[in-house]
Amino acid sequence: MAFSKDQVIDFIYNEARMLDEGRYDEWLSLWLEDGHYWMPLDYKQTDPHLVTSLLYEDMFMLRLRVERLNGARTFSQKPKSRCHHVIQRPFVDEMTEDRIVTNTSMHYVETRLDEQFLLALTAVHELAVVDGALRIANKRVDILNSDAAFGNIQLLP
Amino acid sequence: MRTASEITAMFTGPQVHRDVYTSPEIYRLEMKHLFANTWVFVGHESQTPNKGDYFTTQIGDQPVIQVRHSDGEIYVLFNRCPHKGTKIAIDREGNTGKFFRCPYHAWSFKTNGCLLAIPLKKGYEDTGFSESESAKGMTPVGAVRNYRGFVFARLAPEGIGFEDYFGDSLSSIDNMVDRSPEGRLEIAGPPLRYMHKCNWKMLVENQTDTCHPMVAHESSAGTAVNIWEEMGNPEPRPPAMEIIAPFMSPYEFFEKMGIRTWPNGHGHTGVHHSIHSDYSAIPGYFDALSEAYGEERAKSILDENRHNTVYFPNIMIKGPIQQLRNFIPLGPDKTLVESYIYRLVGAPDQLLARTAMYNRMINAPTSIVGHDDLEMYERAQEGLMSNGMEWVNVQRLRTEAEDFSQETVENGTTERQMRNQFDAWVKFMTVSMEGA
Repeated sequence: MAFSKDQVIDFIYNEARMLDEGRYDEWLSLWLEDGHYWMPLDYKQTDPHLVTSLLYEDMFMLRLRVERLNGARTFSQKPKSRCHHVIQRPFVDEMTEDRIVTNTSMHYVETRLDEQFLLALTAVHELAVVDGALRIANKRVDILNSDAAFGNIQLLP
Repeated sequence: MRTASEITAMFTGPQVHRDVYTSPEIYRLEMKHLFANTWVFVGHESQTPNKGDYFTTQIGDQPVIQVRHSDGEIYVLFNRCPHKGTKIAIDREGNTGKFFRCPYHAWSFKTNGCLLAIPLKKGYEDTGFSESESAKGMTPVGAVRNYRGFVFARLAPEGIGFEDYFGDSLSSIDNMVDRSPEGRLEIAGPPLRYMHKCNWKMLVENQTDTCHPMVAHESSAGTAVNIWEEMGNPEPRPPAMEIIAPFMSPYEFFEKMGIRTWPNGHGHTGVHHSIHSDYSAIPGYFDALSEAYGEERAKSILDENRHNTVYFPNIMIKGPIQQLRNFIPLGPDKTLVESYIYRLVGAPDQLLARTAMYNRMINAPTSIVGHDDLEMYERAQEGLMSNGMEWVNVQRLRTEAEDFSQETVENGTTERQMRNQFDAWVKFMTVSMEGA
């Protein structure tokens, strides 16, 4: 079935809400099995493999990341962090039968104990339609100051 | 101001005083003495491959520029104009052409620092300017040495020589570079930059702390193993398993891997084997290495799987994965960690891909492994403010009358390397103090 532009935009909003509310199992189920979550280190980085990125994670790593957050001995998450995405209406840059690309500006806030920080970022989602549902094929998150020195960024911008 | 004997008293052998991590005064003395008297890592030569290429960094708290001069040599200059002190280079890297030009009053300097020109130079005639410090141009650091591509500097004009300072510890750099079929490394992209609200020495100590991985990293490495088992132990193992799971190795593994210490605070974990020993072979790599060195020598190069080599005071290298971490002090409780990776020139790309993966999985601000390390350092930095106890214990597997002037290999869970670092800390802190 074909999706409307509004349905695509709702999908992006819903994904951000899942992350903010810590509904990680639901969030993982949005992904295709061979998807990658990429967060480049360098401005306009083109290669995820032969230079360092902040993140370039396959489903195994994303599962591990999510499962770790709930672990009994996850010391950096005692107490737990919280996060908050404020997103601008996504641009739908490409839309065919089976491939959709969106570009979304966001402000991301993460907090733990007395600390809170803000990141400005652009998320590019590559979506696929599988069995009549929208799924994330790949996601790239460019942090505006990706080359700055950060402390812990523990949840998912 | 502390005297040399007060500094010496801060390390007793089994204990070190908490002021070495928390005191702003000790920190200032470290910047003045320790980081001036030791050989400190600056950068890699491939960061400035062409004439006029430069990059900016710090030696201790001193802003410096590494630059390739017109004669092809690498110079390290203090990053300030000899006129009013303006920083000459602000961007992290670039090419300055044949000269540096200060953006404030257009004084210009050759890329070896020598003064080239001053606008309206007549104004300095008969002022005694030519006798001044400023007339010499940008000040070079005390001494520079490029060892197999790695550039080190000593700020102090006089002091211990490079070979005397590092001695046989250079074998770890040799092994990392020898792993290239062409005997050459090349920087691969910008470093990860990770800010730590803790003293720089906590990071350096942790590099040879083999009793923490299975505890602090259980949440990442232990969970990785569990997920893989739930999946039915699929082979080939997911890349994350190959890299993260060895952190969960039992104490016995770390005990048997051994720790070697060298004089002047250098040392490494992973003498007999390490968490890097069981990585899968990359097709074509051994052939390329054998062609370059012969099969026997290629084997012996790859049989060294040193885990972390600390070059005192503030870097660590991982030979088997071509990584260097620079622990740059920014204050008594603030440290910038820059994690660099290098390409083995002439080796398959897959090796570099694994190196890049290791760097982001373990050492990024977004790393699920790094998160727990930083949590421990920051808790320690806060905990040390407690007046309930003034000393930190570094006693594990200590013997009476330890002689740090001798190279040793010991049980891999000893804290000898931490004590070795504090022995060197006292030595290079006090060597330039009055009454030392």
